[in-house]
Amino acid sequence: MPMSLESTLLFSDTLPGGATWSHVLKRGTALRITDVEGGANVAAYFLNFDNRSERFNLPDTLKAQHTARLREGHVLFSDMGRVLCSITEDTVGWHDPIAGISNASLMEKKYGKTTYQQCRNEWYQNAREGFLIELGKYGMGPRDLHATVNFFSKVVVDDLGGMQYVSGNSPAGSYVELRAEMNVLVLLNTSPHPLDDAPQYAPKPVELSVSRVPMPMRDDRCRTLCPENARGFVLTELYFL
Amino acid sequence: METANFTSSLKSSLLTPETALHSFVVEAGEPFVFEILEGQYLRIVDLKGNQAVDTLFYNAKDYTDRYSAQDTIRAQGNIYLTTGTKLLSTEGHVLLEIVADTCGRHDTLGGACAAESNMVRYDLSKRSMHACRQSFLKGIQAWKHGMSKSDLTSNINFFMNVPVTPEGKLTFEDGVSEAGKYVEMRAAMDVLMVISNCPQLNNPCNGYDPTPVQILLWDKHV
Repeated sequence: MPMSLESTLLFSDTLPGGATWSHVLKRGTALRITDVEGGANVAAYFLNFDNRSERFNLPDTLKAQHTARLREGHVLFSDMGRVLCSITEDTVGWHDPIAGISNASLMEKKYGKTTYQQCRNEWYQNAREGFLIELGKYGMGPRDLHATVNFFSKVVVDDLGGMQYVSGNSPAGSYVELRAEMNVLVLLNTSPHPLDDAPQYAPKPVELSVSRVPMPMRDDRCRTLCPENARGFVLTELYFL
Repeated sequence: METANFTSSLKSSLLTPETALHSFVVEAGEPFVFEILEGQYLRIVDLKGNQAVDTLFYNAKDYTDRYSAQDTIRAQGNIYLTTGTKLLSTEGHVLLEIVADTCGRHDTLGGACAAESNMVRYDLSKRSMHACRQSFLKGIQAWKHGMSKSDLTSNINFFMNVPVTPEGKLTFEDGVSEAGKYVEMRAAMDVLMVISNCPQLNNPCNGYDPTPVQILLWDKHV
């Protein structure tokens, strides 16, 4: 059921391409990320803000939901069996959870070297450095950056295990909405996907909006997607008793 | 059916167990932590067949520089690990390279089982069953050096079969391994290895019967 009729917009902003952003998304609020121009990539990482040793666990997320792609109805599990965020709305249908993030040497190899001295804020940024700096602002570092996901990007796996980046996955205006089931430290980075086959560095901006939304009901789509998700919601509710 | 697909990656080693520097047997449900030096050869033997060996590697001089599943599979363009796979660290270093593999396919997307994930995946009553992340925590706490849960990232599951379909479905299947199959790696730098020999009883990753594995180590000069 769409939440938009009952939700209250609290905040919105534009995040340029190649940038990093973080926010403590409170339980009961949702973050909508909109791919304004089409072709955006948004790397994302999540931690329980109230206990930062609890964080997004990619394998637990994939195996609980028997999936190697993320879409509406899926949830993002922490290592403690709880739900950090639910994907309550999604117009894309395939978000990449397996290919990871760009780093400085990968970017230089693909697009060439830039420095701030030469290029000022047009310099080429990468997701790993952006995430590490952002984690540093919360007193964390490289040990705290685990596997991440890429919203709006698609990587398919063939029968032999080969990975193929699929361009054109996200048309202009695509959006995904993440409902926080805990107080979640969300980190986003808009650098190009590490497998993006475009020859030029051309990261796309996204629009971010945070809204207050109703708590999930018993028949919530994400909760009822599979028995694993239902148990994840029970464990999350236990945490808040 | 699938065997034919990865026979090209099957490769035996010339090293014989008699010349090994060390030989350890790790029982199911036990952690095993050991340093491997640059140039040394590490072999993990699936003694009884169908046994998942959950494994993490670290740069021995800097544990914040550690095995990265996502960087490893992206760099080789394939989600399965086998002969020729370079195990990459978060800082882009080659930690080890797989130089022989008589199994043919190893997983690095399925992660390690935990009390908490068992509750999600199977039933809330499964909390007290033994799990890999219990062993990982026990192993790194005994190793000391300040390691903590923050150092437990996405691991390798040697001998485990987690196929992904072109439609993006991920499943745990019966193992493709058999008794005596092994995987062998050459360390490209000094690394710390942290193993949990998987105790999982709720899915086919160990054929519902977790069994011991053997760790063999050869010096670089053999």
